[in-house]
Amino acid sequence: MPETATLTQRVLRHPLLWPVLALVVLLLINVVVKPNFFDIRMQDGHLYGNLVDIVRNSAPVLLVALGMTLVIATRGIDLSVGAIAAISAAVACTRIVGAGDEAALTTAVLACTYALAVCIVLGAWNGFLVSVVGIQPIIATLILMVAGRGISMAITDGQITTVRNGWFSDLASGYVLTLPLAFIIALGVFVLTAILTRRTALGMLIEAVGINPEASRLAGVRSRTIIWTVYAFSGFCAGVAGLVIAANTNSVNANSLGLWIELDAILAVVIGGTSLAGGRFSLTGTLVGALFIATLARTIPNIGIPSELNYLFKAVVVIAVCLLQSPKVRALFRVHRRGPSVPVLAKGSAA
Amino acid sequence: MTQMDLESSASGTVVPADRAPVIEMRDISITFGRVRALDEVSLRLYPGEVHALMGENGAGKSTLIKALTGVYSIDSGTVLVGGEEHLFGSPAAAQAAGISTVYQEVNLLPNLTVAENMLLGREPRRFGSINVRAMNRRAKDRLESLGIDIDPTSDLGEHPIAIQQLVAIARAVDVEARVLILDEPTSSLDADEVAKLFEVMRRLRDQGVAIVFVSHFLDQVYEIADRMTVLRNGALVEERMVADTSQLQLVKLMIGRELEALERLDREVSATDADESGTPVLRAIGIGRKGSLEATDLEVYEGEVVGLAGLLGSGRTELARLLFGADTADTGEVAIGSSRRKLRSPRHAIDRNVAFSSEDRKAEGVVGDLTVGDNMLLALQASRGWLRPIPQATRTQLVDQYIQALDIRPADPTALMRNLSGGNQQKVLLARWLITQPELLILDEPTRGIDIGAKAQIQAKVAELAAQGMAVVFISAELEEVLRLSDRLVVMRDRRKIDERANRDVSVSDVLEIIAGEARSEQSEQSEQEEGDRA
Repeated sequence: MPETATLTQRVLRHPLLWPVLALVVLLLINVVVKPNFFDIRMQDGHLYGNLVDIVRNSAPVLLVALGMTLVIATRGIDLSVGAIAAISAAVACTRIVGAGDEAALTTAVLACTYALAVCIVLGAWNGFLVSVVGIQPIIATLILMVAGRGISMAITDGQITTVRNGWFSDLASGYVLTLPLAFIIALGVFVLTAILTRRTALGMLIEAVGINPEASRLAGVRSRTIIWTVYAFSGFCAGVAGLVIAANTNSVNANSLGLWIELDAILAVVIGGTSLAGGRFSLTGTLVGALFIATLARTIPNIGIPSELNYLFKAVVVIAVCLLQSPKVRALFRVHRRGPSVPVLAKGSAA
Repeated sequence: MTQMDLESSASGTVVPADRAPVIEMRDISITFGRVRALDEVSLRLYPGEVHALMGENGAGKSTLIKALTGVYSIDSGTVLVGGEEHLFGSPAAAQAAGISTVYQEVNLLPNLTVAENMLLGREPRRFGSINVRAMNRRAKDRLESLGIDIDPTSDLGEHPIAIQQLVAIARAVDVEARVLILDEPTSSLDADEVAKLFEVMRRLRDQGVAIVFVSHFLDQVYEIADRMTVLRNGALVEERMVADTSQLQLVKLMIGRELEALERLDREVSATDADESGTPVLRAIGIGRKGSLEATDLEVYEGEVVGLAGLLGSGRTELARLLFGADTADTGEVAIGSSRRKLRSPRHAIDRNVAFSSEDRKAEGVVGDLTVGDNMLLALQASRGWLRPIPQATRTQLVDQYIQALDIRPADPTALMRNLSGGNQQKVLLARWLITQPELLILDEPTRGIDIGAKAQIQAKVAELAAQGMAVVFISAELEEVLRLSDRLVVMRDRRKIDERANRDVSVSDVLEIIAGEARSEQSEQSEQEEGDRA
């Protein structure tokens, strides 16, 4: 019985092992099918290639998933992120269209700032319902999930609003230091979240509230403030995601923008190893999870899955990844491995 | 002393010569995280014996049981069932092999009938549906064979806990039971009920069942058990015949050298008179809450330990919770220092330097998935707010200091809290509050369910803190402990304060008389007896 874990054991026990492994396997499948999958070329000072597309396309889900990670860590869930993204896009686009100089940088900045402020308020509304009124998170955010679509429809008068602002569309298609701006933004929010939670005590207090709310209350943790903060932050993240999505098409369709993104985000969080039961969370895991989902979306056309089987394939892969992470399934493998082969002197032979 | 006992057991008379063991566990080790819960422990069970599994809390009794019944997987060691090696992957597999467990809490369905509970999952069937008549008949036969006289068609929930427990046992042995494990079966039973249980146990033993009996009540062990296995700190101490072991010997085997710590404490701690001339640290003025506490006054002064004595449900916990704002009082106010107000949340109390450690360690104290270090710093961090993290250097220094001061094991700040034993968890929670440097520390049952060594250390710490000027409110179901530590005694009964006096030459029976009021002395003697049993 070794007292200290060896490097192999540490790697094997590392919570990020399975998410990373799943991502690597998925990438390898792509390379096997299309050997030039990893090819990246430089053109006009921008990088192009499948991998670049993947990181760019992962931005919206990653953004939403970051906020979702913190919400889930407090034992909550935020179903309204898709609707908030739509509201964010609707607010920004109508502000840009209605501005005096539609193409100006200040117009874009003001519109985006305004939209994000609205999203933080909407997130805080969720937080109010959960922490003060005491409604179960799934119900509390379901309200805005449904109502939010209506609000964004009202803002855009039910029309697809198209904007002409080069600065705004750079959010999705621009490049900084050869990388897509959308990914840089998502990465920026990732770093911000990491600093917000791990450089302050927020992360530890979020986990404490998620693991044992009553013990936290008696230890003097202001769980109400914490819950309020994470929902507001989730609203902010969803807002940024909404802007990136709208910028990609230079338009907002209140009906379809960010539709079902909450489910992709929850998946990214779960694949990343954060338990839906709350408690310990992993932002890096969420990053890997978001990349996995973007890679999966890329894989489906790449390996030639017919588009009608799209969702089915995605579901099968997700189920497989979740099963791999389940301790029970892994224990099953272990029992099967050693079950019949227990030696007479089992001492010291156990894993 | 222990050494000598070990030698005396080498005579080899500790196993029945005429039988082979039905279960033999050899050198079982289990590790949780970095904590070694069992270290090469062995256990032999023979058919037709009652085998007591003895040890303090955290000794590894329940871990060993769970290793046998397939709840935990074993890191190393072998389990022989009827001489053949066998590992159970799940409790169901163990049960199918004739190893049944009845836990302290009855895991049955109160809204179903007795018969349904007994035969749940293996109901006799006819034409695909349950044959109710056959089921009731079979349940009745089973109950009668165990000498339990109840109607199998009655709802289980109608019966007292003791009967429900017997039903659980009847259910457990309905399948060809070879081994029956009873984990603390007597903790909520009165004397008559215990006698009834023992009668059933003897019948089963005579039928050849091996019974594992886990109990804290030594008298009961001596009444019913034939042999015993003693564990301490996850290791096997000894396997013995009960008849060859005196109670004193057994206690020494169970607690080892830690007994000395307790004896030493008795000499160190003595009641001191608090300075009651100044303003009290805390003054409760008529605080009460509907249904849990009548309006109560209480003053606590600097440097004194106020002991709240009373039976379970007397209002002692309720009072403590109101003092801290854990529950909101309907009436009255709490004056802490110069401020006087209603406490609406624990934060109000914490901000005024009051600390409270709940009696329910698991639900209201421990944050299991966080590290020991985070658990210790939780209250301090909470009062600083999330924007002002405790600097790393201070964190390390505080955590190391308290791990050392309170002798917390493992001495590893990064160990997960849930992997610690109850006693060590309790010390971490104590550290959580000491780090906030409170002026008033409210401890509700800080020593419940922890081993004697940790208990002595916590008691010593409380005495030391009071000597340094901290005000302490101390609650315990063990009157001896309250009397040992308190300078002043507050006695509670029926949700109100009935007496308050300086703790000078007050004995346990004095307190029991106060609690019993003008009731007959006969009754107070009886409860004193019970109190003695519990200790």
